[in-house]
Amino acid sequence: MSLDKATVAKIAHLARIKVPDDELDHLAGELSQILTFVEQLGEVDTQDVPPMTSVAAQTLRRRKDEVTDGGYRDAVLSNGPETAEGFYVVPKVVE
Amino acid sequence: MTGLTHLTMAAALDGLAKKEFTAVELTEAHVKAVETIRPLNAFITETPEQALAMAKASDARRAKGEAGPMEGLPIAVKDLFCTKGVPTTAASHILDGFKPEYESTVTSNLWRDGAVMLGKVNLDEFAMGSANITSHHGNVISPWSPGEVGNWSRQIVPGGSSGGSAAAVAARAALGATGTDTGGSIRQPAAFTGIVGIKPTYGRCSRWGVVAFASSLDQAGPMTRTVEDAAIMLRSMCGFDPKDSTSVDMAVPDFRAALTGDIRGLKVGIPKEYRVEGMPAEIAAIWDQGIEWLKQAGAEPVEISLPHTKYALATYYIVAPAEASSNLARYDGLRYGLRVEGASLKDMYENTRGAGFGKEVRRRILIGTYVLSAGYYDAYYNKARQVRTRIKWDFDEAFKTCDVILTPTAPSTAFAIGEKMDDPIQMYLNDVFTVPASLAGLPGMSVPAGVGSDGLPLGLQLLGRPFDEETVLRVGQVIEKAAAVTATPPFMA
Repeated sequence: MSLDKATVAKIAHLARIKVPDDELDHLAGELSQILTFVEQLGEVDTQDVPPMTSVAAQTLRRRKDEVTDGGYRDAVLSNGPETAEGFYVVPKVVE
Repeated sequence: MTGLTHLTMAAALDGLAKKEFTAVELTEAHVKAVETIRPLNAFITETPEQALAMAKASDARRAKGEAGPMEGLPIAVKDLFCTKGVPTTAASHILDGFKPEYESTVTSNLWRDGAVMLGKVNLDEFAMGSANITSHHGNVISPWSPGEVGNWSRQIVPGGSSGGSAAAVAARAALGATGTDTGGSIRQPAAFTGIVGIKPTYGRCSRWGVVAFASSLDQAGPMTRTVEDAAIMLRSMCGFDPKDSTSVDMAVPDFRAALTGDIRGLKVGIPKEYRVEGMPAEIAAIWDQGIEWLKQAGAEPVEISLPHTKYALATYYIVAPAEASSNLARYDGLRYGLRVEGASLKDMYENTRGAGFGKEVRRRILIGTYVLSAGYYDAYYNKARQVRTRIKWDFDEAFKTCDVILTPTAPSTAFAIGEKMDDPIQMYLNDVFTVPASLAGLPGMSVPAGVGSDGLPLGLQLLGRPFDEETVLRVGQVIEKAAAVTATPPFMA
């Protein structure tokens, strides 16, 4: 599989990572190389093989749906790069 | 007392119990050692004041007769574990300024048992790497590098991703360190630096409060200078945690008690597929030597087959980036860490993530995003998960005829910075022997077994049945004793 520059730009956009134009070609080469490497999996017979969801032979536990902790607004916000009046501040999204 | 930094954990516990020295004295010696090894760039954050305060509290507990299983032992913490009030970077620019408001379960367990924190150690960014050369905080240099300190003739890598942990322990600046292992990140650096590293069974150690890379693979474990020390530290790190949905509710054995030295009659599986083409002669030789040591101790080597071994790396390089792309979506410039402004919310996201992630992390997020995107999900991601099942079945089958598996840990000794760096695939091949057990969730340990012709350490890997760390440790100690490696790094605190 070989990725072109436009596809890499599209993936980067989906991943919300700004990639400078002059790095797209090089990146397309590297990603194509990795995809070519992983394509060997096509040789493996996986007919009727279930895709692994967990290595541990256990089902996920359930817990009671109840509030057991909380009330840390200031602690939660303390690492926000920009906060005001108990909220995170984002760039304007409504004109 | 410089001798204090060369003790094993077991010997340090003895000395503390016999009042030969105090936890404060032991910690002071290590705080100084941490300063001495600064040229290795092993630590991102040193916490000497906290260390001394913890040591004082430890001495007070011991005086009251309340000593825990790791009482007074100074350790280093991989900077992937959240530590309350102490910067936690994951070696990424994107976590600049992040000070967790909570403590990871694993580190909480260690402090509960009396351990003392010396600081946070360097790693590959978000634990993505095998040489500790992707850290935003700079490369870690192995204490095994030849030449004059700071002016080395070759700058040897400590392995990765737990490279700071490995360098700190090998250079005698910490009695042990926490590591995390997603595809070999504990075992490979342990092998490269001549120490012991064990990744327990998936589910043994809580992942709560550990910065996530690939959640179905990530497991914490100890890195120490002896197998006995690994047993001591592993016991403290493990345990059921309701805050991690994949944490397993099982009693934690006294791993140290499993170190009986008696492996008579044990069947040791030797996977024929691990004799990879082009394996260096000295790697093949140390493997054969390991088989011989176990035979002499009364174990029986049996050939086993793990037919899907050759597909493990390709599987890993789909599954791990896929999970990483999802896990790392949380770095949005809003809630913690770096923020780079933009004209719109979308621009702010893209600018922040473009500036915050290094090249290897970016590469993996993009691969992960691609293999999970519409039209490719089945062809890549589901296919990889199916092959992963077959890899797990291979091990299930193998463990019907053997009790433990012996392999080399890495396909070479450590390389120098600048080598193997142009080609991502070449770098990924470092993990060829460690990745399969990660995919199957099995316990795996690297034990020092010798020294290569280049003077650098060689490790052997033991893999066990799920939740049978005890056999892995027991057999590991037999190898450790038979190998009796006396070589030490040229640079030690």
